[in-house]
Amino acid sequence: MSLRATVRALPTMAKIGFAEAVAYRAEMLVWMLSTTMPLVMLALWSAVAKDAPVGRFGQAEFTTYYLLMFITRQLTGAWAAWQMNYEVRTGALSQRLLRPISPIAAYAMENLSALPLRSMVAVPMAAIAMFTVAKSTLAPGPFWALLPLALAGGWTITFLMNIAIGALSLYTESSLKLMEIYFTLFAVFSGYLIPVELFPGWLRAVVEWLPFRFQVGLPVELVTKAHQWPEAVRLLGVQWGWVAALGTLTAVLWKRGLKRYAAYGG
Amino acid sequence: MRRYLKLLWIQLRSSMLLALQYRWDFLVDGAISLFYAVTAVAPLLVVFSGRDNIAGWTAPEALLVSGWFILLDAIIDGAISPSLTSVVDHIRQGTLDFVLLKPADAQFLVSTARFQPWKLTNGIGALAVFIYAFQKMGRTPHLLGAFTSVALLGVSTMLLYSLWILTVSAAFYVVKVDNLSYLFTSIFDAARWPAGVFKGVVRFIFTFVIPLALMTTYPAEALLGRLEPYKVVFSLVGTVAFAAFARLVWLQSIAKYTSASG
Repeated sequence: MSLRATVRALPTMAKIGFAEAVAYRAEMLVWMLSTTMPLVMLALWSAVAKDAPVGRFGQAEFTTYYLLMFITRQLTGAWAAWQMNYEVRTGALSQRLLRPISPIAAYAMENLSALPLRSMVAVPMAAIAMFTVAKSTLAPGPFWALLPLALAGGWTITFLMNIAIGALSLYTESSLKLMEIYFTLFAVFSGYLIPVELFPGWLRAVVEWLPFRFQVGLPVELVTKAHQWPEAVRLLGVQWGWVAALGTLTAVLWKRGLKRYAAYGG
Repeated sequence: MRRYLKLLWIQLRSSMLLALQYRWDFLVDGAISLFYAVTAVAPLLVVFSGRDNIAGWTAPEALLVSGWFILLDAIIDGAISPSLTSVVDHIRQGTLDFVLLKPADAQFLVSTARFQPWKLTNGIGALAVFIYAFQKMGRTPHLLGAFTSVALLGVSTMLLYSLWILTVSAAFYVVKVDNLSYLFTSIFDAARWPAGVFKGVVRFIFTFVIPLALMTTYPAEALLGRLEPYKVVFSLVGTVAFAAFARLVWLQSIAKYTSASG
């Protein structure tokens, strides 16, 4: 499992992943329909903000926030936990382990190579956003330079969470229940349903210490005038701190879990 | 009819026996249900912080809607989704053949295959939310309204079940559908808000296409004693029509089933 072998195999894995994404395009469509929650929240908040703005947010700010949130979610999606649960339960993981490439790298490539197809939906949405979003709600140019870094960090955290929870299925046979809990926490505390700024003080303090906000909240916040420069840079630092911490945790869980893997099924 | 009641009893009993094997799940699910109740209420409190009325709903009134949302979620998790999730596996692996071979209606068999009684503990969370909301309002539920809302619970369950049947029918066409149930829950999630806050197209969809308004908003209004009688009639008629439609789609889809692998 040398690094060079992995790097050499990356293009091929990307091609396979893309072909798979195309083959299961209907599934992807279903998944995308299920990510329309920000649009429902937009409808809700618009009604709330009709008479008076909520904090910094008027109708225009909400529109910007949730359209960008929809796009961000498309670009930072990962579902390796479900794959791992399925493969551990059926024993299909054995085939992956036989290959001369780390299964984690393979999962990463599979999840990443679905991105082009997902952007095909995200791009029209971005086009709609360009016409409907008020320019005054967007952060000035230099902030946008941070966006790729924040998106990369957001995706990595989401992916590592998936692998960590997926690896737990090696200990407990199924960690899907945990995945549900994770998703509930994510939906509430990441800024996905409600902008983090709008939480009351004490709850906000809790959110600051959780990783969820750095998955999709931070990228959107950076380009919607939520933070000044020093704060923006600090938050990016915290985000990548989470990447490092979760990376370590995941590596340990995976290594130790694999020793327990019994390859049931056929 | 009697034969089907007997069948239902057998299926229920086997689910019960299975559930008794996993007694610890009772505690785990109970703990999780409290957690869900809290996370279901949190967004609502944020939305209402700083204003006391949105689209004619005060915070405690909107809490009632959330309470119904939690209750219906318990019904989905306990009685509806366990069976129907297994249908998706059946379709993918081709084992639906065995179900189809049995001399009883296939829809009935797949819908009653599995219950998870422990999940109903989530209902406790809903009850807590109801009590809290009425205490905040400083009143008791409208008496006749309470009866109506119980009747509407039947309506909501039927609607949810029909929606599930429609979702599962999609599995015949899409096959790889690990996330169909996920789609279902994310659409259903909008039901935690009073339908009145939605406007225009969204409101139309949530009343007539995916009737979320009927499931949580109407029963909550009934508890408050302000549900117009015509809405009750509309719910009943609408639900029967919706269930009939779901049944038709199911029959259509199952006719398309060609079995898979071996």
